[in-house]
Amino acid sequence: MHGLLSILIWLPILAGVLIVLLGDRNIVAGRWLALAASLATLALSVPLWSSFDTGTAALQFVEKLPWIPRFDAWYALGVDGISLPLIVLTAFMTVPVVIAAWTVIETRPAQYYAAFLIMEGLMIGVFSASDALLFYFFWEAMLIPMFLIIGIWGGPRRVYATIKFFLYTFLGSVFMLAALIYMYVKAGSYSIASLQALPLTLIEQRWIFVALLLAFAVKVPMFPVHTWLPDAHVEAPTGGSVILAAIMLKMGGYGFLRFSLPIVPDASRELDLLVIALSLIAVVYIGLVALVQQDMKKLIAYSSIAHMGFVTLGAFVIYEIVRNTGSVQGAGMGLDGAMVQMVSHGLISGALFLCVGVLYDRVHSRQIADYGGVINTMPAFAAFMVLFALANTGLPGTSGFVGEFLVIVASFRASFWYSLLAAVTLVLGAAYTLWLVKRVIFGPVVSPRVAALQDLNSREYIVLTALALAVLVVGVWPAPLLRVMQPSIQHLVSQAIATKL
Amino acid sequence: MNPTALIAIPLLPLVAAVIAGLFGRLIGRAGAHTLTCAAVGFSCALSLTVLKQIYWDGVAAYDAPVYTWLISDGMHMEVGFLIDRLTALMMAVVTFVSLCVHVYTIGYMSDDPGYTRFFSYISLFTFSMLMLVMANNFMQLFFGWEAVGLVSYLLIGFWYTRPSAIFANLKAFIVNRIGDFGFVLGIAGIAYFTHSLAYRDAFAAAPQIAHALVLLSATGGVPALTLICICLFIGAMGKSAQVPLHVWLPDSMEGPTPISALIHAATMVTAGIFMVARMSPLFEYSDAALSFVLVIGATTAFFMGLLGVVNNDIKRVIAYSTLSQLGYMTVALGVSAYGAAIFHLMTHAFFKALLFLAAGSVIIALHHEQDMRRMGGLAKYMPVTAVTCWIGALALIGTPFFSGFYSKDAIIEAVGESPRWGATYAYWCVLCGVFVTALYTFRMLFLTFHGPERFRATADTHAAPPGEHAARVPEDPRESPAVVTLPLIALAIPSVIIGALTVGPVLFGGYFGHSIFVLTGNDVSGARAADFRGPVQFALHGLMAPPFWFALAGVVTAWACFLWRPMWAQAAARTFAWLYRPLTQKYYFDWFNEQVLAALTRFIGVGLWKGGDEGLIDGLMVNGGAASVGWFGGLVRRVQSGYLYSYAFWMVIGLAVLLGWFLARTRF
Repeated sequence: MHGLLSILIWLPILAGVLIVLLGDRNIVAGRWLALAASLATLALSVPLWSSFDTGTAALQFVEKLPWIPRFDAWYALGVDGISLPLIVLTAFMTVPVVIAAWTVIETRPAQYYAAFLIMEGLMIGVFSASDALLFYFFWEAMLIPMFLIIGIWGGPRRVYATIKFFLYTFLGSVFMLAALIYMYVKAGSYSIASLQALPLTLIEQRWIFVALLLAFAVKVPMFPVHTWLPDAHVEAPTGGSVILAAIMLKMGGYGFLRFSLPIVPDASRELDLLVIALSLIAVVYIGLVALVQQDMKKLIAYSSIAHMGFVTLGAFVIYEIVRNTGSVQGAGMGLDGAMVQMVSHGLISGALFLCVGVLYDRVHSRQIADYGGVINTMPAFAAFMVLFALANTGLPGTSGFVGEFLVIVASFRASFWYSLLAAVTLVLGAAYTLWLVKRVIFGPVVSPRVAALQDLNSREYIVLTALALAVLVVGVWPAPLLRVMQPSIQHLVSQAIATKL
Repeated sequence: MNPTALIAIPLLPLVAAVIAGLFGRLIGRAGAHTLTCAAVGFSCALSLTVLKQIYWDGVAAYDAPVYTWLISDGMHMEVGFLIDRLTALMMAVVTFVSLCVHVYTIGYMSDDPGYTRFFSYISLFTFSMLMLVMANNFMQLFFGWEAVGLVSYLLIGFWYTRPSAIFANLKAFIVNRIGDFGFVLGIAGIAYFTHSLAYRDAFAAAPQIAHALVLLSATGGVPALTLICICLFIGAMGKSAQVPLHVWLPDSMEGPTPISALIHAATMVTAGIFMVARMSPLFEYSDAALSFVLVIGATTAFFMGLLGVVNNDIKRVIAYSTLSQLGYMTVALGVSAYGAAIFHLMTHAFFKALLFLAAGSVIIALHHEQDMRRMGGLAKYMPVTAVTCWIGALALIGTPFFSGFYSKDAIIEAVGESPRWGATYAYWCVLCGVFVTALYTFRMLFLTFHGPERFRATADTHAAPPGEHAARVPEDPRESPAVVTLPLIALAIPSVIIGALTVGPVLFGGYFGHSIFVLTGNDVSGARAADFRGPVQFALHGLMAPPFWFALAGVVTAWACFLWRPMWAQAAARTFAWLYRPLTQKYYFDWFNEQVLAALTRFIGVGLWKGGDEGLIDGLMVNGGAASVGWFGGLVRRVQSGYLYSYAFWMVIGLAVLLGWFLARTRF
């Protein structure tokens, strides 16, 4: 289907603009329009998945139109096995955000829905752009709606969080832009494929690697540039947290796979230990920090950082595998693990933030100490929360297991110690997640506010059921996801271990 | 074998669990228990059919995938079944005990508000355990492994309003996760060396990788199989509660009694034993790993048994007994007597389930009283429970002709003959353990069923825990209803006879065939097969052997100290306070874990958070410096002017329009 990607990008954006024009006075129409647009986008991502040819690593659904001819920048789109799952994830996760906001958002609801729909289109744009400048356009544009979401609908310290978030990500991106422009000057094109083919010396590669690392590390986020995330999550409204955790963090991981590994493979090989070390610090250090959090959202935010450590570990451990074994066998598994972990974390962290949102809507507190014994008054909610918590601990049968397992198994090929440190997440992840569950969900009812809780309404039921099914399906039968990715991952392995020197 | 039937065996309990769990209110209590019991009953019947086919009909072992879970980098990870004699035996044991527990639960949980949820959990547990034992690859093994851990988490925390229960279930999950941490590394090692997760590939490759090295530093490494086997065994230490990962098991008594039977007898805790036996083709090539197994097992067998002597909670005494008996099984694994370990696993499943259910019967009769100091003389009121409990106790201490005798004696003899490093230590541990076993078992029996009646005086001062029956009835305790006593009888029969019936084929007749692999030089049980002349001779010979006299001494001591002259026990506790105190404190394991390990972890967490994240990174690098603060403040002021958001909002729309315009211009 030609133009499908453009439709996926522009349909939600146009719907968003329309909702703003309708304004808060017509919010009922706006709300339904938002739901219809997000559902339509999800429905349109189905043919994207089903007619995707899993036999090739080449870009598919390609669109190419001149955009800024003077700079040879193109409106060029295309998907491969790496971007496709993330696009579908984006389309999938926007729907619960729209539904979750239904009656909860009272200030400027039209702009709220519009911001999310516009962001959806821009995020799909990030994943489908095959022109680096277009990629950068979407990458930066997407910051604005998120900036607004936290800044307008956020909590009491939203200004601090917004500024911190914006400065961090913006500063990182500036270095990426510089790197892209440098490469454009050398290659004469912004096409990502031509950048990947561009010969670069080791010195150049190092500089570009560091510039890209800054941009992507902030987004992932990696230690030590992660501190914006807990603040942003704490202050963001539920929907903002969901999209932030589920999709925006994935852009960092996607950037590593799309830019760093194929464009500067030699520098990646040379500096891989840096990324691996930061990833393992994320798993252990952040895991310990997560353990002692008092705020539910902060705890899940830290848990996100620890889980995203598996993405960067899986991506960069491939060089150590080659170095240790002299063979590429297992490298693909590391990247597979990184990809699956991104999809799975999108589902699970999104679901957990929605769960916190459900509680927050009722009690207006994120403090763990304000809860206890929620299962007594909200048994259905408790069942969902326990399921997602267990998925967060990487329980087999849920999606959380697949990526972590693949990365741990692949890491063993690089070094026993990498897999050992990565596997610490089994213990720490269980400790911080289930301790949270113990304090919030189980136990006797601790306060009148908990005693007065109402169980899930039908909208919340639908949203959490859909996410639970997704988490279980990916956990029980991840084969289709892996099959879609397989040729692109193999291609990426060959690009990443090749040398440009 | 019919693949559909094999799939049905684990799937039936799963479907029943899902229906009972999700639609419990719809199908009602009777619907839930009928459905789950029928499902597990079918599974049990099918499992017995499989056992018959495998053993009597001589059908070849079945090893085939069900579906491909995923393919990554050319490695096929599948869900599939390996059904051989070892699996068939385990399936039969698991489903049979599970069925008994299901039936028993109908009576035990009849007035619990979480009735349907409970049936859902125990059916899910049966499913998980079946997936574990039926696996033909490490991925599925790990699935089952974690799934039983999950369900035990749910079951221990079943009465979720009790603080002790939700503490215990969190502890159980985390301690098991420490084991799984090792387990997953072992699996990663297998994948590294064999490029496969299928058992058959790993087993075939074992001799070759026995001498490969895993580098732990630039210069040094350890033999691959030793590392892999020890890692796998760390998993087993978690599941099968071996020192020092045993701490979760006594606390798991917080769950309702049928779970205790299920978790502690046939299923979860035996997973580790089963796994090592299943992996015998790997363990056999690493003497170091087997010595590790042996020493851990022996330590657990003796020292955990001692704890049973000083505890007063009837369920906890049986729990410590389970730890100790698991230690015996582990010792057997350590001397390559895998067959003996599985044999003891099977006999133990019956008599330990029996003891737990008998204890449960007592607990219901006394309205949820678990302290043996408030029992006594119950034999008069509860004859069926008392007799069946006696049978279980006799089997447990290894009385000749009872089932426990055959399995335990086989283990002790195998240890005595093993040349493996650590075997002498292990031999004395298991031999002295026999005395200890008899002592705590009969102490429990005497305190509960005999002697003065101590349950009346305290009957109404003891408050029932929340979630259970609160009413106190002043009348005499009554024998439990048939749904409780029938499973007791059903379990008592095999507790007596199963050992004598099966010792020949299982232990000496090569029942396990190719499903268990022992190197010729390590085969201590096989050497004794030639001397075996039937179960009666075996038992008569046992009357002359040291274990019998140790057991007798234990029974006599228990009788003297707890029935004949109770003051002797108190005097001993006072005289040997230096020994008694560490025992009542459970060797300070819990104290160390909670006060040192957990506290230290939280301390480090707070340190990293406040010092690292907030102090160093945010304080110094992000917000630090007067200049940047001022600049930050300037920005904040501008945001608060109220214009920035709308400005930015229109900016993105403007960008979008611009891009759209370019698009439109080029297209039309």
